[in-house]
Amino acid sequence: MVDSLAYTPQITLEFEIGEKDFFVAGECASRVKKTLQQLGLKQDIIKRIAIIIYEAAMNVAIHATSGRLVVHVEPDGITIRTEDVGAGIEDINLAMKEGYSTASYEIREMGFGAGMGLSNIKQCSDDLNIESRVGVGTTLNARVFFKDERRHEDA
Amino acid sequence: MNQYFHSVTLETEKCKGCTNCIKRCPVEAIRVRDGKAMIVEERCIDCGECIRECPNHAKVAVTDSLEKLSEYKYRIALPAPSFFGQFKEQVNIEDVLGAFRGIGFDEVFEVALAAEIVGYMVHEFLKDYKGKRPIFSSACPAVVRLMQIKYPDLLDQVAPFLTPMEVAARIAKEQASRRTGIPYEEIGAFFISPCPAKVTEMRNPMTTKHSAVNGVIGVNLIYKDIIRHLGDRSATGGSEKLQRATRFGMAWGYVTGESRNVAAATTLAVGGIHNVISLLEEIERGELKDVDFVELQACTGGCVGGPLNVQNLFVGRIRLRDLIKRFGTKESYFTEAELQDMYLQNRFAATEPVEPRAIMTLDEDVSRAIMKMERLDQITSELPGLDCGACGSPSCRALAEDIIRGIAFETDCVIKLREKVKILAKEILDLSRIVPPSMSGGSKEGNPGQGY
Repeated sequence: MVDSLAYTPQITLEFEIGEKDFFVAGECASRVKKTLQQLGLKQDIIKRIAIIIYEAAMNVAIHATSGRLVVHVEPDGITIRTEDVGAGIEDINLAMKEGYSTASYEIREMGFGAGMGLSNIKQCSDDLNIESRVGVGTTLNARVFFKDERRHEDA
Repeated sequence: MNQYFHSVTLETEKCKGCTNCIKRCPVEAIRVRDGKAMIVEERCIDCGECIRECPNHAKVAVTDSLEKLSEYKYRIALPAPSFFGQFKEQVNIEDVLGAFRGIGFDEVFEVALAAEIVGYMVHEFLKDYKGKRPIFSSACPAVVRLMQIKYPDLLDQVAPFLTPMEVAARIAKEQASRRTGIPYEEIGAFFISPCPAKVTEMRNPMTTKHSAVNGVIGVNLIYKDIIRHLGDRSATGGSEKLQRATRFGMAWGYVTGESRNVAAATTLAVGGIHNVISLLEEIERGELKDVDFVELQACTGGCVGGPLNVQNLFVGRIRLRDLIKRFGTKESYFTEAELQDMYLQNRFAATEPVEPRAIMTLDEDVSRAIMKMERLDQITSELPGLDCGACGSPSCRALAEDIIRGIAFETDCVIKLREKVKILAKEILDLSRIVPPSMSGGSKEGNPGQGY
């Protein structure tokens, strides 16, 4: 059986996100979506993951000066990680609240920065961890597990 | 019935095994094997791009023949809106409609008339719609099939209504049955089609369980017969007016016609399958949420550009526009109250959801799929990236996928093969230089055995 092999199969996808690069978020989400479709994941899981990726990448584009997104796929789940250099988050709990936003007027006028990003990410992920230092940057780690029948059988 | 029935097929004798079609196919559904193109049935969306592309005319669309008419007691022709663009300037609509009677149909019902109904339904639907935008047209079956395999995420945004072809068949057969007393089952409705995907749509409909259409006849098959009977009013006495569609329905024959008829606040219309793909990519990335309705047509220019039409797309479009100018009325055959009634009773609402078809999946098991993707990336990185198609797969990435799926080998790549041959040649050369010690005395060339 393949599952008993010594190594864990895995795929890593990486994207660079530039400051105010609002188009890259959609592109990241769409590329990961295609990969996950090829892996045969269920549509609702793919949708959740796409939302996390879109929102997380968008946060980097809006608030940071540079950053990257690393998506790591393993048989039992996916890890979505963003690392950025930028403003950082002063109060993470406050930032998680729906509608709380520090985005500039200019960005809000473009239709972004409504303060829903982090709460959306939280809702879609099974596990979320954010570390941030003001004036230095933020690292976000979100996980989604592929709870399919096969894993229950093995357990 | 074959689950993967397709209208688009290959005439094997004519195929020269070139790579034109595999490069052009929007869903990478064609491979060349043993010198012949081969359509991967489960991927094909019947867009007809390969029919247009093939320099040897080896790709054809299978449609029904006129002989099928004899299976029914009462026969109704359903000409597509674009059909009227196939004739010379002087022709008028009554002449074309009348000709159908001349070639064995009892009645003719314009699909343009049904298109107006669908346009009305979508317009009404959008008034109260609060969900994700944009809403996509469901009229082009090749586009909806494309979405099933490549954009499953967007399927719940497909307008939940039957296609004009389907609506036309239902109304025409019901009306005829009521008028003549002939049972519904003995009435045959035949779509006169510019499009191979409509044949597939009749056999395996996406938005309803069973199609009311009984046959699809290609424009290319029927055109000559129609020309011969143009203006032939013998069957009707020439008094009855046959045209009932307005300019709004007629305009569905070319791209933008439908979205204008739907008349939502913001609409977008795109023709050509490759343009459709780039737009869908954009929408999948989250763009265009402010657009209400998107009309997508697989053929450049819309249905006038259909691969079964006989007229050049641009000529067809200008002729159709001209006809609309001359004969297009604005007065609807159905009253507002009748249309509203059809809408409220869900008369032509889709009864089946359009399901995704996950044919791009590498393996049923996620673990194995990830492993295959690892290998896929590895193989792709080792291939030359020329996308030349000489291996019979449309691109290097596609070849890598075929290798993973076990239907191709790395040495199918001519560049890879050349590398291997080069290594082999070098080995042979090296070996040929080795001279047995017993014979190596006079040799001046370097020899592994010559240490002293």
